[in-house]
Amino acid sequence: MTTVAALLVLAGALLAFLGSLGLLRMKTFFERVHPPTMGTTLGTALVLAGSMLYFTALERLVLHEILIGVFMTLTTPVTYILLGRAALRREQNDPGA
Amino acid sequence: MSADFVLLTLAAAQLLLALAMAFAFCRLLRGPRAHDRVLALDTLYVNAMLLILSFGIVWASRDFFEVALVIGAFGFVSTAAAAKFLLRGEVIE
Repeated sequence: MTTVAALLVLAGALLAFLGSLGLLRMKTFFERVHPPTMGTTLGTALVLAGSMLYFTALERLVLHEILIGVFMTLTTPVTYILLGRAALRREQNDPGA
Repeated sequence: MSADFVLLTLAAAQLLLALAMAFAFCRLLRGPRAHDRVLALDTLYVNAMLLILSFGIVWASRDFFEVALVIGAFGFVSTAAAAKFLLRGEVIE
């Protein structure tokens, strides 16, 4: 049980790692927006599932990690819509650089 | 043997998350324009939250959950405020 939880955490960490690598390697801003979302959605979900499974296997049923999942699901699109709109306007007003 | 494997796997996950934070910090320092830096800051916050959660698993303590929740909330507020500032020139109008 704890082995499965650890593997879930590893998979989530791998997604977050690849997302950050993409953030570093991509050329333009609008390409760079995409990779980190892997870590914020599926990466976070996998790490939270691993954490829930681990603590449930340890003693009793633990579900409060769902709170972080709901919070991230609600806030990430808000942030990215604001940021994307800001970037679009800034690139239109002052391209280059 | 199983406990060793679990600890080894979690250590590998923590190494990956630390590297992810380093990459995001690199982009934060390098990013040519302000919105690149805000995006890197958001990624840095998310990776830090995941790292804190994995620390909670390794040390088998549920207190780390609150820390992760607060870091997630701070990440959202700071990124949203910075993006609003870039969009309008003011945070609260």
